Formats: sequence, C-alpha cells, structure tokens
Amino acid sequence: MSVRQGLLALLSEQPMYGAQLRSEFEARTAGTWPLNVGQVYTTLGRLQRDGLVEADGEADDEGRITYRLTDAGRTSVGEWFASSVSPESTPRDELTIKVALGVTLSDVDVGAVVQTQRADSLRHLQALTRDKRDAVAKEDLARELVVERSIFATEAQVRWLDHMESRIRRARRRTTTPLADEETDR
Amino acid sequence: MTAAHHPEILLELRGVHRTHGGGAAVVHALRGVDLTLRAGELVAVMGPSGSGKSTLLNIAGGLDSPTRGDVVVEGVALGSYSRTALAQVRRRRLGYVFQDLNLIPTLTAAENVALPLELDGLRARDAREEALRSLEEVGMQEVADRFPDDMSGGQQQRVAIARALVGPRRVLLADEPTGALDSETGEEVLAVLRRRIDAGAGGLLVTHEPRHAAWADRVVFLRDGLVVDSGDTGDSEAASADLGEVATA
Repeated sequence: MSVRQGLLALLSEQPMYGAQLRSEFEARTAGTWPLNVGQVYTTLGRLQRDGLVEADGEADDEGRITYRLTDAGRTSVGEWFASSVSPESTPRDELTIKVALGVTLSDVDVGAVVQTQRADSLRHLQALTRDKRDAVAKEDLARELVVERSIFATEAQVRWLDHMESRIRRARRRTTTPLADEETDR
Repeated sequence: MTAAHHPEILLELRGVHRTHGGGAAVVHALRGVDLTLRAGELVAVMGPSGSGKSTLLNIAGGLDSPTRGDVVVEGVALGSYSRTALAQVRRRRLGYVFQDLNLIPTLTAAENVALPLELDGLRARDAREEALRSLEEVGMQEVADRFPDDMSGGQQQRVAIARALVGPRRVLLADEPTGALDSETGEEVLAVLRRRIDAGAGGLLVTHEPRHAAWADRVVFLRDGLVVDSGDTGDSEAASADLGEVATA
C-alpha cells in the first residue's frame, strides 16, 4: 500500500491540506499506520508531480495549501478500490524459520518451542479481544475492523502451531528421521 | 502464596486422576490435574482431542467422579456429598452450557429456563419470574413464550445459556458453547458468559477455537491428561498467580 493511495482516497471525499490528511488518515485507520507530516507532504509532492492531485487555490493565511484530486487521481482511487491486494504471503518470518530449523536439529524440543509461542500468541489474542470489545462498546467500527484483522492473523498463527504440533508428534511417533517440510505453507 | 487480595476460590481440582478401563486396556484420561478457578475469572481449557478436556469439565461439574483427587466447589469437596445432595449442588451452584442445546421441545423458552428451579422446589410463579430475569440477561425476553422450534439456532443457544445461568449459580462450565453458531452469534454467547463472570461468577470454557479462548483471563493447556501450561503470567489483572498450578509435565 501505499500511503499514496490512502491520501488519494481521502481526497476523493473533499480537498484537504497536509495536516488534515494526516489526522483523518490516522483517525480512520485507528492509528494502525502512523504518519508524520513530512511524509504526507513528500507524498503530496509526488502525487502532484504525477498529475494525480493539484493545489486547490493559493496558500491560506497560515501558508497551508489545500489539495484536490485531478480526474486522473479520481480514476486512480476507483482502480484502487476495484482491484485486489496481493493475497500472496511469504512464509519467510522468524517463527517459520525457527520451527523449520528446530525440526531438523536433534537437540531442539520443537514441542516446547510451539507451546511457548502458542501461549504468548494467545495472550496477545486476549489483549486484542479486550481491545475489540472496547471498540464494539464505543461503536468505533474502523478500530474494530483493524483489531479484527490482527485477531484473524493471530488466530491463524495459533492454528498453524496446533497443526504443526500434531504433525510433529505424529512424525516423531513413526520415525526418528528428520521431517520433510511438506506441511510448511508455501 | 499470599491469598490476601485474591478473589474467592469457586472451584478447585486437586490432584485429579481419572482412568477408564483396567489392566492392559487402561486409559489415563487425567493424570493429576490441579486447577483453581476464582470469582471473576474465565479460564479456557485447550488441548488436542483426547487430551482430557471434556473429562476435566465433566469431573468439575460432578457429572463424573475422579479416580483419585478432589473436586471442591465453593469450599466443599463434591466427594463428601450424598447422591441427592450432589444433584442439588448441580442444580443450584453449577451452570452447564454444552454444545447440544437439550432444550425440551414441548416447553416454551421460559418453561425450559424455569425447569431446574421447579425441580429444585421453587413455586412455579417464582420460577417463572427468575426465568424471565435470566432470559433478559441474555437478551431473549421476547422469545419467552415461544417453543424451541420457533427460534433460530442462536436464540436457542442463548435460551440454553439462560437456563444454565438461572438462579444463583456461580460456577459456569461450558463445552464448545458456540457449537455450530455463526461467528457473530457465537461471540454474543461468549459476551453473555463474560458479563456474568465479570459480575462475580467463575467459568471454565473448553474450546479448540483460539478466538474463543481469547475471551478468557487465562488459558490452560492439557496434553495427555496433564496441564502443560496453566496460563499464569502473574501480570494479568484477573488471573491469580497460583504457583501451585505450574505444569508438572
């Protein structure tokens, strides 16, 4: 993503200046992606260069320039919402590597690795769930959706750990040969 | 440990063993489980199939007895009760929410909920009043006079929960209580349990869903009949830092 697309999407609602864009972006995404004002202005500069936004009149008394979408910018917003985000995820994260290496090393207790991770991930899931209940109570739908995203991701990780554990136990029962990585998501 | 600022203990499993069968075919379902449940605490129990989760819940609820060890509900060991007294404890102090709703199809929602109270000798009118209160607690007062067949699955499950909660019960035992419900209705069911627990009850929730376990204050993991992780971190607000529960595996 892009902060670019996010700013364009906000400008499709109404013209805004940099600081306004920043606070709207943060408020509507529940602070999940903090921006600094410098980044916002740099991005606006590039968007202007690329013909997607333009200044909406002169700077005001405080020197703030309001930006609005050009036709090309409006098209870009439409295309962004109409297209999908790449669903490809890479298994190249630390936990995957740890488990993959763990099963090939004879003195690593992978079951313990899995349990340590699962307990911690569940604590994280508990914190997220409290956060979500709070968002629901305050009818903060944007925050609820953002938190829910993390809940799904953490839940998927725990399920993967459950699956790995039973798979490893099964493999250990059958043989002492190192596991093939047929279970690793690719 | 210092018990001073810990909430009251509602349920305790002390060195609970449960074996089925004998000789070469003996199965050790539970092999020395210690577990403490305090007021205001929801404890999730997780583990692979066959790890002893459901046995643990049945034993905690007096539906099954330990081969060795004690189950203590609000200070009294279940083993010390007569059969009749045990049945009374089950009706008055323990609330069960199971996957199978077991609502009686020929009784209305209110009658289903009132049933355990009437069995316990409460007058019909008082029982109905209590039942309506309990239905209100789960947001189901409007279906009070409907039969189970005229309710959705989610409504039936909430009525079943109202029945599990009716009266002064403080120990709630739930086995995959969201069963086949869609995720939103499932969460409502958990929210109802959570509210009752926040108001001073305690609950054991057996589940294989991480998302549901996350509603708990701590998560106990069972493996081959043993607690391998009791979920105590010492930093959780509601959880007790009961060091006696640390894994023996």
